[in-house]
Amino acid sequence: MSAHAAATPDPAGAPAGSGSGPRVRRSARFGWISFVIFAVVVALMALVPVTESVGNINNLTQLLILIVMGVTWNLLAGYAGLVSIGLQAFIGLGGYILLDLADNNAVQPFVALALTALLCGVVALVSSFVVFRLRGGYFAIGTWVVAEVFSLITQQINSLGGGSGTSLDALSYLEPITRLKDVYWAALICAVITLVGVYWLLRSRTGLALTATRDDEDGARSLGVRSTLTRRIAYTVAGIGCGAAGGLLLMSNLDIVPSSAYSVNLSAYMIFIVLIGGLGTIEGPVIGAVVFWYIQLEFASDGAYYLIALGALAVLMTLVLPGGIAGLIRRVTHVDPFPVGYTLASEEPTSGGAEGP
Amino acid sequence: MVWVNAVVQGLMLGGLYALFACGLSLMFGVMRTVNLAHGDLSVVAAYGSLALVDSLGWSPFLTLLIVIPGMAIVGLVLQRLVLDRALGISALAPLLATFGLSIALQNLLLQIDSPDSRILPIGSFGIGSWKISGQLSIGWFPLLTLGVAIVVLLGIELFLQRARLGHAMRATRDDPATAQLMGIDSRKIYALAAMLALATVGIAGVFLGMRTTFTPTSGSSYLIFAFEAVVIGGIGSVRGTLAGGIVLGVAQTVGAQINAADPILIGHLVFLTVLVVRPRGLFRSSVLA
Repeated sequence: MSAHAAATPDPAGAPAGSGSGPRVRRSARFGWISFVIFAVVVALMALVPVTESVGNINNLTQLLILIVMGVTWNLLAGYAGLVSIGLQAFIGLGGYILLDLADNNAVQPFVALALTALLCGVVALVSSFVVFRLRGGYFAIGTWVVAEVFSLITQQINSLGGGSGTSLDALSYLEPITRLKDVYWAALICAVITLVGVYWLLRSRTGLALTATRDDEDGARSLGVRSTLTRRIAYTVAGIGCGAAGGLLLMSNLDIVPSSAYSVNLSAYMIFIVLIGGLGTIEGPVIGAVVFWYIQLEFASDGAYYLIALGALAVLMTLVLPGGIAGLIRRVTHVDPFPVGYTLASEEPTSGGAEGP
Repeated sequence: MVWVNAVVQGLMLGGLYALFACGLSLMFGVMRTVNLAHGDLSVVAAYGSLALVDSLGWSPFLTLLIVIPGMAIVGLVLQRLVLDRALGISALAPLLATFGLSIALQNLLLQIDSPDSRILPIGSFGIGSWKISGQLSIGWFPLLTLGVAIVVLLGIELFLQRARLGHAMRATRDDPATAQLMGIDSRKIYALAAMLALATVGIAGVFLGMRTTFTPTSGSSYLIFAFEAVVIGGIGSVRGTLAGGIVLGVAQTVGAQINAADPILIGHLVFLTVLVVRPRGLFRSSVLA
């Protein structure tokens, strides 16, 4: 797969050889259909606050946050080859930065949300210099330690509620129903930005460098790819996405406690979403988020049994169906709805670098 | 004297962390993968021991006779059913699968037992100590833990350096394909490494349970401590892991003297500092590098 991904940096599909040799192009046959479907779904989602009941609006906000989290985690694991069980560091941090900006510094909450996401990106960038010293499984746990450190430090800050948590007051200027709707729209905007942004990133040169590094780091480096820098960009973007998700979680739940804001369960959720939906596909985490959201609505009250089943499902998906639902659909239909890789014109259009590692 | 005591207690606490880290280091050393259910499996061992204590009235020490081989079998099953397959899929698959296992195990324990904390009773031995002065005393049990950790870790290092099977393990780690050509069955070597690693996880779990209370979700913290011990000591070095565990233990107990609210945080910060200043660890050696 590395041969495809790293074949050419030219997205226009220039001939790889001279004359009638094989052409390298992006498998975009169904691109515009996907785009139309995406636009219609977003338009329908935008109307939700007008048509749906209050309870549904809140539930759908949670779904949108799950999508942001899933897409972000998938960017790292699926395209950068970095499994992290510590992204809750930026989800929790996002919540607390938003709390501090809006409640303690009187920043308008929705402006604070944007600032929060950017600040989390900066923190992710800085922390990458520490955690990138580790590889593979040790990187995964290293990021978790960072999340634990953030959590333990937050617990010591009394102005943020310490270990027992606090709640966000800055949104109380809105009527409860208006607040629900506004937060929903903010979540929708964040989800769209995350999806479009990640898709755009992956189709750019950086995305090509990212998947090339994932597939064969030494090979990519030898072709001049700055693999560490590329991964750092991905990690920073993940920090931005998770920061936004954390801010949205606070705006939606209004309460925040370090033990759950920085809970490793959030990583478990992200992993389930991506594994169920399809690792290393654009549509996978969205499908996974919808499935996981439904499972959560139906079965979360069953407590331990629900998590036992989810854990077992994650093991099973990894071993039996590593491509998830999206991978299964692609295998059956031979359609890559959101192509990010390149492929030889003579091959199946689905065999680009977009599949999981 | 308070500080000397803190260091001495940390030294012994470090023994427990090193014991936890041993299996993690071994599995990474041979298979190049990390078992994220490591901590939870040790808690499973502690609950297993507790079940034997409750039903048969045995001493927790005696239960090691069953827990160690039991965990080795768990290791074999884990390797054959999950890790062998996952290693064939991708480098990420073992992480994802063992993380799923970790979540499932924690909640299975919650379902079977309860969120209440448990302890393995060892009676007066648990509180007995050798009083050196008013502020410095050495508990018998922590001392024993440190001794066991030293024996287990040095034993494994000796095994890797001297035994034929140890050589086969190192060969498989360096180059599975060539090792295979030399007649070494890598599947068998991986299974053996997993069994050995899980046997040490069993020991660590029982000693954890005798030292302090545990709950179904305790495993996560011990996975982190084990990991920190490995990285501080230098990834791939068994002897370094022992030293790393001790550094972490001392950091936590001395940290408790500085800021009683958060010794764990100080342990994490020492770990992060080592990662930044000496990313290859304090005592990198070549045994499993």
